[in-house]
Amino acid sequence: MQADPKNVLTGSHYLDGNHACAEGALAAGCKFFAGYPLTPSTEIAERVARRFPMLGGIFVQMEDELASITAILGASWGGKKTMTCTSGPGFSLMMENFGLGIMTETPFVLVNVQRGGPSTGLPTLPGQADIMQARWGSHGDYEVIALAPDSPQECFEFTIDAFNLSEKYRMPVLLMTDECVGHMTERVVIPEADQIELVERRYTKKKPGEGWPFEHNGSDIPPMLPIGEGYRFHVTGLTHDYRGYPVIDAEAQKWKVEHLMDKVRKHADEIIRYEQEGVEDAEVVVMAYGISSRVVRRAIDQARAEGIKVGLVKLITIWPFAEKLVAELSAKVKSLVMVELNMGQLYYEMERCARGRCKTTLVGHTGGAVHKPEVIYAAIKEAAQ
Amino acid sequence: MASSEIRITGFGGQGVILCGYIIGKAASIFSDMNATLTQSFGPEARGSACSAQVVVNDERVLYPYVTVPNILIAMSRDGYYTHKETLSKDGILVYDESLVEPDEDAPHKYAYGIPASRIAEEMGRKIISNIVMLGFFGAVTKLVPRDAFREAVESSVPEGTQELNLKAFDTGWERGEEAVAPKKQSKPKSSRKTEVAGSAAGG
Repeated sequence: MQADPKNVLTGSHYLDGNHACAEGALAAGCKFFAGYPLTPSTEIAERVARRFPMLGGIFVQMEDELASITAILGASWGGKKTMTCTSGPGFSLMMENFGLGIMTETPFVLVNVQRGGPSTGLPTLPGQADIMQARWGSHGDYEVIALAPDSPQECFEFTIDAFNLSEKYRMPVLLMTDECVGHMTERVVIPEADQIELVERRYTKKKPGEGWPFEHNGSDIPPMLPIGEGYRFHVTGLTHDYRGYPVIDAEAQKWKVEHLMDKVRKHADEIIRYEQEGVEDAEVVVMAYGISSRVVRRAIDQARAEGIKVGLVKLITIWPFAEKLVAELSAKVKSLVMVELNMGQLYYEMERCARGRCKTTLVGHTGGAVHKPEVIYAAIKEAAQ
Repeated sequence: MASSEIRITGFGGQGVILCGYIIGKAASIFSDMNATLTQSFGPEARGSACSAQVVVNDERVLYPYVTVPNILIAMSRDGYYTHKETLSKDGILVYDESLVEPDEDAPHKYAYGIPASRIAEEMGRKIISNIVMLGFFGAVTKLVPRDAFREAVESSVPEGTQELNLKAFDTGWERGEEAVAPKKQSKPKSSRKTEVAGSAAGG
């Protein structure tokens, strides 16, 4: 269905990434936001708080990040589209109940505006070092979906995508932005509401007593049950059966965990998104995501101008990782180069999928700034040799 | 591909970021260019060093950061000294001469000063000095049309202050037009004296 015109600020605006993300959430129909302010993500909460009263949403500033993510989880079961935002230290605090969201198959969007870490690190400066935490930050086996925007326009669009993916696959979805993108201001074109496609919550069509919240046949996505309409069911972080009641044995565990994995793995081709430029005849392919995927372009332009056949893969989804693409590329290029604002995170995924078929190079950075184009250029030049 | 890289420096609370925001908005919303604003600030926002960077381009801005600015707007002494060396050789320095005294042997070729803080005080609100600077910068560089700037000012400042801000902008713009008029184009020092004298007489 299409977005509600009331929620959509149609027009051209000069917005930073955080404000654009907030507008994306509103356009997607987010009606409940619980948050705890954390630089550099706070502007998202501020804008939602300012806009919600006009749109009929509920904003709660919670006592901390643990409470924030738990509140949006509950509100999602209560029937609303929900979101929270934070940065590194808050992301760490949210990991436990992010896992609860995965286990209970609860749709919501969690935005991490990444800053330099570890610990409180660099509150006002960028990093991309929470990539593996996004993948493995909560305990147990599970799959995640994470998107990385490179501009305020993409913050708007990908927030809507994140809501759609979370409803479609009935799970929390991560928007992994960073301080640069969050605080960078550019033109954001917000389309008419009828141009914005939304995925709405799917509820069971079965009657109370017949429909259950976790019924599945493998990789299919179970519909949810509405609260307060006579359905009685249980929602718990313990391993559970189709009704939601705890079952503590290996068989139930297999039934549940395989489903959590399969609903992403078996739909990976539908979920994974990336853009390619100049890859057809490339000898070197640079991979990057978020802010780094913009910074690399100056180096790529320079390398191309000097006759080096270099292409770009900009990852839109960082999780699930584009395994097939890397496998294909590694069979035909001389070198794959990963540029990221960390000391090697997604690089190791790329290296794993390349399986030694081509050279792999990491252009890492400890964060606090973006890469200097000349450093990337030097790496491209070396990779081409 | 025409690209301008602008750095605005000052201290927190002066409206440095707003100044950058209006430049970017004028270029990308009220004119047909693309503009990316990035900012840096200390954790203690008020009174600490602060800078905004705007990259303006006919095409999409791929690399969003200013590396070698060709325009430096200096609204504080600290900001000027921190960033003056980064200005490109044929770049333009625009400064608040109430607060900044450029080096005699500065590396920049074109320097234009305006006593923006003093003018703003004389207009009754010191807080609008950034908009005076903006008008001055607009007239000196002609980066985007005057109307685009005015629309951007009007839509960016708090409700009820539009008239005052537009007046500040126009005042700055007129000073900028005077500054780039042929006879005053050369020496920054003498132009500064003229401006101070002019503003004192005007006030």
